[in-house]
Amino acid sequence: MPTIEQLADAVRAAVPGAVIEIIPSTPAAAQPALLVNRESAVAVARYLKDEPSYQMDFCSCVTGVDYLAKGYIEVVYHLYSVALKQGPVVLKIRAPRELSQCHVPSLTPVWRGCEFQEREAFDLYGIKFNGHPDLRRILMWNEFTDHPMRKDYVPPADYEWEPTPHDDVLKRAKADGGIMPPSAAAVEVKK
Amino acid sequence: MIDEGLKSELQKQGVFVVSTEWLYNWGRKSSIWPLQFGLACCAIEMIAAAAARYDLARFGAEVFRATPRQADLMIVAGTVTKKMAPQVVRLFNQMPEPKYVIAMGACAISGGPFKDGYNVLKGVDRYIPVDVHIPGCPPRPEALLHAIITLQEKITGQHIDRSRWYDAKATTEFPIPTYGEHDLLPPANPEVWQPPKDYVDVTNAEPKKTA
Repeated sequence: MPTIEQLADAVRAAVPGAVIEIIPSTPAAAQPALLVNRESAVAVARYLKDEPSYQMDFCSCVTGVDYLAKGYIEVVYHLYSVALKQGPVVLKIRAPRELSQCHVPSLTPVWRGCEFQEREAFDLYGIKFNGHPDLRRILMWNEFTDHPMRKDYVPPADYEWEPTPHDDVLKRAKADGGIMPPSAAAVEVKK
Repeated sequence: MIDEGLKSELQKQGVFVVSTEWLYNWGRKSSIWPLQFGLACCAIEMIAAAAARYDLARFGAEVFRATPRQADLMIVAGTVTKKMAPQVVRLFNQMPEPKYVIAMGACAISGGPFKDGYNVLKGVDRYIPVDVHIPGCPPRPEALLHAIITLQEKITGQHIDRSRWYDAKATTEFPIPTYGEHDLLPPANPEVWQPPKDYVDVTNAEPKKTA
């Protein structure tokens, strides 16, 4: 298994236009990642899959990460090589958080197994995968318009009569209004 | 009303004298056929209750029907997601009267550990009337057996002339919620879901002054 630096250099040499940045991880995790620019993500993915010395033939995990404060959303792909019994290579692609600009190229044409996981990331984070064959919601219903795993998602106010509201739930129940036990309400009850 | 002593004497001779109502309820309570469906891990406990060790057949409730048209009892065994809730209500509507519901486990009662989430119904009793609630995560098979016995006691206490399902005006169909943009619409059925009477509406209330 090549080091992350060797891998980054190899990708830079093989894919013209690829902007590769190495994102370090905690020492315990020991999984530094390759941050790829959106435009060359598919080419980099194909290279990692087809290059005989890497043969990353299996994409085990696709997930979204919302960095609210930094203003971007990241898609993380974990790649393994079943043929060479090595991995993982962590591939990251970033896109702006705004829904209109939050799109990345789909890697489903490279790894067929990404299809459902990219649909999940689309459903829960609102990331649009360009080139995905069937980009629909997979967990929430089709009429749903929110993306619940985004940090700024506000769930529907249905704390209408929480039997034992406390802490954050109590704060929200009060902010939303609603009905609760007299012990928790702490309001003047108008008779 | 027949004298108990006489009834006992007659029974010794092999003559049973009971009211039609007793016979009717005895027949119903001894063959509660549940609808065969499970939603999560509680269903595994339900299966265990139906299998040889716990043997639900002792209570006449072992005939799990694969269609709501033949079922008397809906055991809501597991987490009801908001995506699944309309289907649960629709299945309940398709069951013939008289019909009963057991909410099995923390999720079916209240949403359980997923109560604060965005995708789980905070209790199936928001849309359909529940006869017996079983707490537990998941409840043991004995708890389900206890719920069946509790339901049998409830059935024994029902009266033919005052039963809901012979009342032409009674609700037998419950509105099926639709998928909204943010939540199910409506989020609850007010006919079956009402806050306890002593609860306080804090929507426009003043904060309490601390002395």
